[in-house]
Amino acid sequence: MDINDLRSIITVAGLLCFLAIVGWAYGRSSKKGFEEAANLPFAEDDDQGAVPSASQPR
Amino acid sequence: MSGTQTTYNDKVVRQFTVMTVIWGIVGMLVGVIIAAQLVWPELNIGFLHFGRLRPLHTNAVIFAFGGCALFATSYWCVQRTCHTRLWGGPLIPFTFWGWQVVILLAAITLPLGFSQGKEYAELEWPIDILITLVWVSYGLVFFGTIAKRTVSHIYVANWFFGSMIVAVALLHLVNSAVVPVSLTRSFSVYSGVQDAMIQWWYGHNAVGFFLTAGFLGMMYYFVPKQAGRPVYSYRLSVVHFWALIFTYMWAGPHHLHYTALPDWTQSVGMIFSLILLAPSWGGMINGIMTLSGAWHKLRDDPILKFLITSLSFYGMSTFEGPMMSIKTVNALSHYTDWTVGHVHSGALGWVAMVSIGSVYYLLPRLFGKKEMYSTALVTTHFWIATIGTVLYIASMWIAGVMQGLMWRAVNADGTLAYSFVESVKGSYPFWAIRWLGGVLFLLGMLIMAYNMFKTMAGGNTKDAPVIVPAAHHA
Repeated sequence: MDINDLRSIITVAGLLCFLAIVGWAYGRSSKKGFEEAANLPFAEDDDQGAVPSASQPR
Repeated sequence: MSGTQTTYNDKVVRQFTVMTVIWGIVGMLVGVIIAAQLVWPELNIGFLHFGRLRPLHTNAVIFAFGGCALFATSYWCVQRTCHTRLWGGPLIPFTFWGWQVVILLAAITLPLGFSQGKEYAELEWPIDILITLVWVSYGLVFFGTIAKRTVSHIYVANWFFGSMIVAVALLHLVNSAVVPVSLTRSFSVYSGVQDAMIQWWYGHNAVGFFLTAGFLGMMYYFVPKQAGRPVYSYRLSVVHFWALIFTYMWAGPHHLHYTALPDWTQSVGMIFSLILLAPSWGGMINGIMTLSGAWHKLRDDPILKFLITSLSFYGMSTFEGPMMSIKTVNALSHYTDWTVGHVHSGALGWVAMVSIGSVYYLLPRLFGKKEMYSTALVTTHFWIATIGTVLYIASMWIAGVMQGLMWRAVNADGTLAYSFVESVKGSYPFWAIRWLGGVLFLLGMLIMAYNMFKTMAGGNTKDAPVIVPAAHHA
């Protein structure tokens, strides 16, 4: 096998890997975890007035 | 939570935050001096000429100002979002003092002419080794803190900060590989076009990871905090992150269009640069839309003004960048002041403004105050900085396009229509406007320093207790 075949395979595998990440990020199963993560900065004392649950799945 | 109450390590954040402002003033002052040297050449005195001071300016603003801002904000953010104290013991002060020594050594060696001659990587090999030690310690502290987090998720800002630390380590180690011949002299292990490609693989990814990913980490923490609402779309932020990671590493060749670099490599660099528009704008929209439904906050909150304006400049420069990477556009723009304007659209408009906004957020919290000494002065700073940035980039656009057109203009018989020095002469008024823009931006930083010292005066520096989020269940 030519080294260039390997390079092409890596490139295509990289693209597929990225598309899989996009699918995972916009999948139903990741919604709850993302919502928790998005609210992580809002647990401090000075955040009493903030709106910690406004995140919508977009 | 029961048991003893631990506190966050805010001392190191305090140190890096104050030094961000100090080094910002130093680096931008050198920038103003070299801008003046272009307008008034007689200011090139002795060894303090443009050629020696220019790398001092770039190193000071990128690594001293930008670097201290990244250390400060990442240490603050990683503790607050992992809900744990910084890990690392003596490594933590070592990152601060080590980094300051690197900066001082740069300030001494660069004007004396000790240089590896690689852009943004000029520092000689002994300093490179110290940078490596500090950076590895930084990585250990940062990832050590993530490892002992008390929550299950790793907040997206930490992904950006973490990728910055890993990528910069990789770039620094590969690009700085040299054969030393003495304490102050060394030669790159690469040669010819490979050397050029590795330099711009480094150079572009210093922009992509040090000056973009790191500051996006800032954006993903401080914009939601200052706006008082979570980021617009967490999903988009995840895709934003991975798209940048998969794309940035390949864009470097656009710095070497029409050189000895193979044509196909130039085209690959151009295409990946064009692709970069998508994640860049995705991230910008994500940041700005975080304000959706709370736009009124922008009216009277100057910190939010800084943060959101920085995102606007980020959007502008990440549109301009891909456009300039197109070979036919690059044929006009390359080697002209347009490039300098583009860089400063990113550096002043994006990197400096997002850092300034974040520092204004941090300062009162670090010194036990409710707000900055003077909010009016923060607003003044914002407007002066914005006008300075616009003057800077607009004058460089005009000068750059003019230079590009003059250099390529030919007479009917094929001879060049203009000599080089005619384009220099035509650039003078724009260089004067650029200098004025820089002076305004520096003036804003001096106002910030005054406001900072007034805020620090009489402040208490007691570390805040670690909060374990009550609402967070496994």
